[in-house]
Amino acid sequence: MDLLYGVFVGPFRDMVTAPTFLAEVLIGGVAAGLMYSLVALGFVLIFKASGVFNFAQGVMVLFAALTLVGLMERGVPMVVALALTIGVMVALAFAIERVVLRPLVNQEHIILFMATIGLNFFLEGLGEMVWGANVKKLDIGIPDESFTVAGILINKLEMTAAATAAVLVGVLAVFFQRTKIGRALRAVADDHEAALSLGIPLRTIWVVVWSVAGIVAIVAGIMWGAKSGVQFSLSLIALKALPVLILGGFTSVPGAIVGGLIIGTGEKIGEVYWGPLVGGAIENWFAYVVALAFLLVRPQGLFGEKIIERV
Amino acid sequence: MSPAAPSGLLEVDGISVRFGAVQALDQVSLSVRRGEIIAIIGPNGAGKTTLLNVISGFYHPAAGHIRFEGRDRTHLAPYDVAALGIARTFQNVALFKGMSVLDNIMTGRLLKMKGSFLLDALYWGPAKAQELEHRAFVERIIDFLEIQAIRKTPAGRLPYGLQKRVELARALAAEPTLLLLDEPMAGMNVEEKEDMCRFILDVNGEFGTTIALIEHDMSVVMDISDHVAALDYGRKIADGTPAEVRNDQAVIDAYLGVSHV
Repeated sequence: MDLLYGVFVGPFRDMVTAPTFLAEVLIGGVAAGLMYSLVALGFVLIFKASGVFNFAQGVMVLFAALTLVGLMERGVPMVVALALTIGVMVALAFAIERVVLRPLVNQEHIILFMATIGLNFFLEGLGEMVWGANVKKLDIGIPDESFTVAGILINKLEMTAAATAAVLVGVLAVFFQRTKIGRALRAVADDHEAALSLGIPLRTIWVVVWSVAGIVAIVAGIMWGAKSGVQFSLSLIALKALPVLILGGFTSVPGAIVGGLIIGTGEKIGEVYWGPLVGGAIENWFAYVVALAFLLVRPQGLFGEKIIERV
Repeated sequence: MSPAAPSGLLEVDGISVRFGAVQALDQVSLSVRRGEIIAIIGPNGAGKTTLLNVISGFYHPAAGHIRFEGRDRTHLAPYDVAALGIARTFQNVALFKGMSVLDNIMTGRLLKMKGSFLLDALYWGPAKAQELEHRAFVERIIDFLEIQAIRKTPAGRLPYGLQKRVELARALAAEPTLLLLDEPMAGMNVEEKEDMCRFILDVNGEFGTTIALIEHDMSVVMDISDHVAALDYGRKIADGTPAEVRNDQAVIDAYLGVSHV
């Protein structure tokens, strides 16, 4: 009886009796969710345009953050360091197109996937070689402290991250849906041959998506780095992006956002209200259980395109 | 028929393509005159699609040259070929299935669109004006091909005959000088075939677009083309007016299956 009460009544009673606290939990969840979305976005962009699941996305986040911090530690002003980091990520996109993608054009997807695993280790090694392996602190001038609105405690850093993510997502959505480059990207994703016959240069498109994914990685790297320091475990947040992708669909930009929000708020609420029942740590597995459930019921995700094969 | 002597728009000169042990094309030469409709015929495996793929830059020949509007363009990539004004459709419809009919046709305008990457990304000012201008052009093509009713439908949901028509629309959106159609009427019923014939003749008549098409239906070929070339086992076996080719002994043999010794 106590158990039933604890599962079905207690948490909801707590939510109603302390609405301010609930709001704080929700805001924390939304902020965390948008951070997951940022990482998931990088995957979606590349998957959409080239059908490649980029295993190295997490390391790209780490690499971008390392480059930024490394430059700042050597006394480069933040704005200049950011511009240089963008330059590095774009240069990386050119290099990946030339060295990895171009020689493997028209190969099976699994081969391209394997190539991105190689890229993963290469970038990890390169980052460590150039910038060192110790944990670095990234200070972007926004203090990790809180202010109060209507009695609700809000973290400045989390709010900034959430706002940045929201703007980035809005720009990307318009970019994909309304512009000629966005249309070209979708065309390439849909049918390589037909896209080529219309004069869409595949190589340029690849450089564009990998550059955009690189820039998204910088933003994700800054936000995560400012929160928890720039260290090698940063590349592991890619693992948190996977359930987001499964939930939202691999090909959907809005899906990455909604998926991130569901996972972010879900795990925070689960942790706070139901955590004590199982001794906590719900946050660690919640995302994967949701993903598993989705794989069973709706494998294409919430917004993914349903795959219908004519037999 | 036309008073002025037609000039050679596309000159294919001694093209050879091999796939392993298969000689897909063996020293094929062909001259496509400006403004004509040329049909490329031949039994299955004769090399018709390979020839189209060579012209549009998907394959590069082991030997021979291709000249378009007087310039050599044998080794260009497909997107560079498209930029020269050569558009094509595919034997197995290659539409962007997830995109609406309108968006599919808009992709055909990509080469005609100019503008700054940044403005475009922001969908601002000139980029927006340009988008609307191209949209107006696309609407004219939609009217022309009578597909108004399906403008917003995802291309993948359309029946096959309509998909072929949308693919034609997308190719036309690029305002090509030369239009390559790979079996535009395959798998269509009689009524759809008649529509497609009418569209092909209208495109040729109204826009002066030169058209090279691959077709199996002989009555269609004889009706709409000015010029017919026949391939068999990678070689050109006949080239001339529809009447000449129809009565050519080599063509009759190829279709009736006389043994090649």
